[in-house]
Amino acid sequence: MKKIIFMSMAISAGIFGLSPYAVAEHVQSLRGELTLEEDSVAPTLKQYQKDEAPMQRDYLQQPPLIPHKIAEYRITIKHNKCLSCHSWTNYKARGATKISQTHFENRDGAVMSNVSALRYFCTQCHVPQVKAPPLVENEFEPVDSMRH
Amino acid sequence: MSKKKISLSVLIIGFIIGIVFWGAFNWTLELTNTEEFCISCHEMRDNVYVEYQDTIHYANRTGVRATCPDCHVPKEWVYKIQRKIQASNELYHKALGTINTREKFEAKRLELARHEWDRMKANDSRECRNCHNYDDMDYPSQGRRAVDNHVKGFANGETCIDCHKGVAHELPDMIEDDSSAVLLKH
Repeated sequence: MKKIIFMSMAISAGIFGLSPYAVAEHVQSLRGELTLEEDSVAPTLKQYQKDEAPMQRDYLQQPPLIPHKIAEYRITIKHNKCLSCHSWTNYKARGATKISQTHFENRDGAVMSNVSALRYFCTQCHVPQVKAPPLVENEFEPVDSMRH
Repeated sequence: MSKKKISLSVLIIGFIIGIVFWGAFNWTLELTNTEEFCISCHEMRDNVYVEYQDTIHYANRTGVRATCPDCHVPKEWVYKIQRKIQASNELYHKALGTINTREKFEAKRLELARHEWDRMKANDSRECRNCHNYDDMDYPSQGRRAVDNHVKGFANGETCIDCHKGVAHELPDMIEDDSSAVLLKH
């Protein structure tokens, strides 16, 4: 019995010792060092680029970036607005880039007749761009073969 | 009173009654042509109205808003009356409770959407063109994709609704229209 009490005390001490309450003073919140009464300054909203030519990739496996606005383009299981231009059926008529052949493979590597559920939700990998300075310094350089 | 006077007063009274009745009729008709009236039924308020609030026809940079009747009721009198007479069928189904739950509505969504698509296809998207006129479009200020597709589409005799489906509401299952743009269950 004594052992159990000791153990539970030790465990609870461990839990509380590691809990965020114990280290709260050292944590910097996402709002910065502002007190509760102060309002944080909202950054200006960036505009997505309206309509541009396809962007070059920086590395081989990079999912191509979306060079246009995608506001209100919905992706639901009933309809995918992106595919209404980028699917193999539609890309020619719409003058769009067609989706990669890899998008038809399911997780077992079997090739499906239509876009695989793995690849259906375009914006998980493909993103539109805003013209903005990088938030952190970045020295990434494409390999020679990808330089343009 | 002479016969002439009687017939004149009958004419004047009839004229006044006519104005009153016509005014009342038109006033009531216009009352049913408001967003407030449309969303006084939960079928509209909880389904299509909620979806519409996420779209550019509800909130946009210029603050010009297209409400339900701007797209769904013709502006010209003859077409308006025609549509209003058709709408009596909607009252009938309201009474029957045909779409009184989300599930029933979703089951009917494709059929109901098709009614609107067909109507717009048949009248060359007349209600869209109350605000968006092809001839007044300034192509240089449109994006690359918009210019390409507008020029191509109009040349092929297409109308707004051919491409712009689901601009104000969620789309139904589009498998029959374009199976390459839906998630197929393998």
